[in-house]
Amino acid sequence: MERAHLVHLYTQMLLIRRFEERTAEMYALGKIGGFCHLCIGEEAVAVGAVDALRPDDYVFSAYRDHGHCLARGSDPKRVMAELFGRVTGLCKGKGGSMHLVDAERRFMGGYAIVGGHLPLAAGVAFAVKYRGGDQVVLCFFGEGAVPSGACHETLNLAALWGLPVLFLCENNRYGMGTPVERAVALYSDVAQNAAAYGIEAGRVDGMDVLAVRDAVGKAVEQVRTRQRPYFLEAVTYRFLGHSMADPAHGHYRTKAEVDEAKKRDPVLLLRTRMLSERLATEADIKRIEQEVAQIVREAVEFADASPVPPVTALEEDVYTS
Amino acid sequence: MKATYREALNQALREEMRRDDRVFLIGEDVAYYQGAFKVSKGFLEEFGSRRVVDTPITELGFTGLAIGAAMAGLRPVVEVMTFNFAILAMDQIVNNAAKIRYMSGGQLSVPIVIRGPGSAAHQLAAQHSQSLEAWFCHVPGLKVVAPATPHDAKGLIKSAIRDENPVIFIEAQLLYPMQGEIGDGDYTIPLGVAEVKRPGTDVTLIAYSKMLLVALEAAEKLAQEGIQAEVVDPRTLRPLDLTTLAASAKKTGKVVVVEEGWPFAGLGAQIAESLYRQVFDYLDGPIVRVTGRDAPMPYARDLEDAAIPDADQVVAAAHQVLYRT
Ligand SMILES: Cc1ncc(C[n+]2csc(CCOP(=O)(O)OP(=O)(O)O)c2C)c(N)n1
Ligand SMILES: [Mg+2]
Repeated sequence: MERAHLVHLYTQMLLIRRFEERTAEMYALGKIGGFCHLCIGEEAVAVGAVDALRPDDYVFSAYRDHGHCLARGSDPKRVMAELFGRVTGLCKGKGGSMHLVDAERRFMGGYAIVGGHLPLAAGVAFAVKYRGGDQVVLCFFGEGAVPSGACHETLNLAALWGLPVLFLCENNRYGMGTPVERAVALYSDVAQNAAAYGIEAGRVDGMDVLAVRDAVGKAVEQVRTRQRPYFLEAVTYRFLGHSMADPAHGHYRTKAEVDEAKKRDPVLLLRTRMLSERLATEADIKRIEQEVAQIVREAVEFADASPVPPVTALEEDVYTS
Repeated sequence: MKATYREALNQALREEMRRDDRVFLIGEDVAYYQGAFKVSKGFLEEFGSRRVVDTPITELGFTGLAIGAAMAGLRPVVEVMTFNFAILAMDQIVNNAAKIRYMSGGQLSVPIVIRGPGSAAHQLAAQHSQSLEAWFCHVPGLKVVAPATPHDAKGLIKSAIRDENPVIFIEAQLLYPMQGEIGDGDYTIPLGVAEVKRPGTDVTLIAYSKMLLVALEAAEKLAQEGIQAEVVDPRTLRPLDLTTLAASAKKTGKVVVVEEGWPFAGLGAQIAESLYRQVFDYLDGPIVRVTGRDAPMPYARDLEDAAIPDADQVVAAAHQVLYRT
């Protein structure tokens, strides 16, 4: 991979990391409310996967969607403004953290009913096929969605009709406090759930952005050329709590387990690699850190300075007239 | 031209599919079987399996898929074999179809029609006989249509398909064979417009879907006693054409609302409340509701008959608002 490309991936991952850290601070200050799910620890999946797409491909996400949206190139200012509930937000403050949408970038949204967006992704793929297009739909979801009826109905339809969807399961081991082995019968190889429908399936180390980029790149190519779905399990880990309401560990996992996982911090892994392979210098790393800090600072300033939506907006956008 | 309700729908869907390649029909047994109630007769031959799509029995899955297709710019018409099964797709309808436009701040829209028969047929028992329109009407973001005549069915389904919003289009199994006069060719009837089906001066009977026929029968009986009932069909239940309903209520000062569904939190309660707000001072007395009975639908024929409003009950309700008991 070219040096510039690596630097880009690193910058994206660092942006998500710093953005999420500032989001946590803003939440603590009461600038952001409601349910807010951070993706710290899972940046490599978002960045590596979205990097493999074309601009005219589509992306769907669940409620842990800040990273996916930023990776897709959405303006961090408008993402932060959405979290702040401001009129300048991507969705004019009506969606919030869990429902980011950036239609221009074909980021089709974050959805907060577990499993509920999988059929939507298949539907966009159905439309692509109907029109004879060659776009791919990338659909992120947690391993917690895998046992849902929505997931299984969608896998069956996608396989039955040869729909161009890449199902990307972010297996971060937990659905809130329930570990995968207590939720998914085929927990040791989650992708087997898709294999049962004749869907080609694979697994990748979700902490290694280059591995994700490579696996998703191949999967996307296959989906595009063969017009068949693909199911990829990315093995990752969430370093923080399920949401801002949940401490980093808690009763369902130990601090030791979290600390162990953090040894494979995806951002640090790439940084170490770039430095050791002399693809970046300490000065480069520092410069990127500063660039990112600047972007995040400006995002917060923009959000904070933005007006709240007028109350007259409340009943707008319910219907298209 | 004469046509049955079924034929009217068939014609309208066919014409819409001819004029717009984005329109496609998807649902269980819509293609080879030609629809559980034969609404899509001849479609597979004319449009092929690309546009007439048989699905497995997965309401959540194919309704959600169609919503996604609508988000990407197609105009899906989802046939639910009956609305009883739409309950399995309720999350997709309520949390996705109805809200995606709003949650996205207007960036995305969901131009979808979800259609099929609702309410009771004959002796289908509790799980296959129920009126769920109040569930859908409750949800901002959805439009709900329930035509009673072949003419209305044709004009309204066309408007529903051309509408940019998700539309729940409730037909009725017992209406499919009903004949009526329909307009020629490509006509539409706007959503949200009620119609006076029979003019009168003494009492207003508000009824939709199958209950319109019951109300018209009651009006005929009342006429024999010299009572001129005005029968108004909202046709679209959300948005409700309060202007037309209120004008009739104002004129007669006496209102009966007829619905087949359950009484508690039923649509008639909403219609009455809306009318009270607008025309309370013009009413001679309380609005009377005629509804289905407050029980799951029984199988036994005599019990089923007793559970569903009939013309005599509507006549009795009219007597009540006219203080003629
Ligand atoms: C249908 C449904 N049931 C329950 C919830 C509450 N809930 C929100 S997130 C979550 C856990 C989901 O875990 P997973 O899919 O693995 O995603 P992760 O949070 O790990 O990213 C639950 C139970 C929900 N949002 N939707
Ligand atoms: Mg999880």
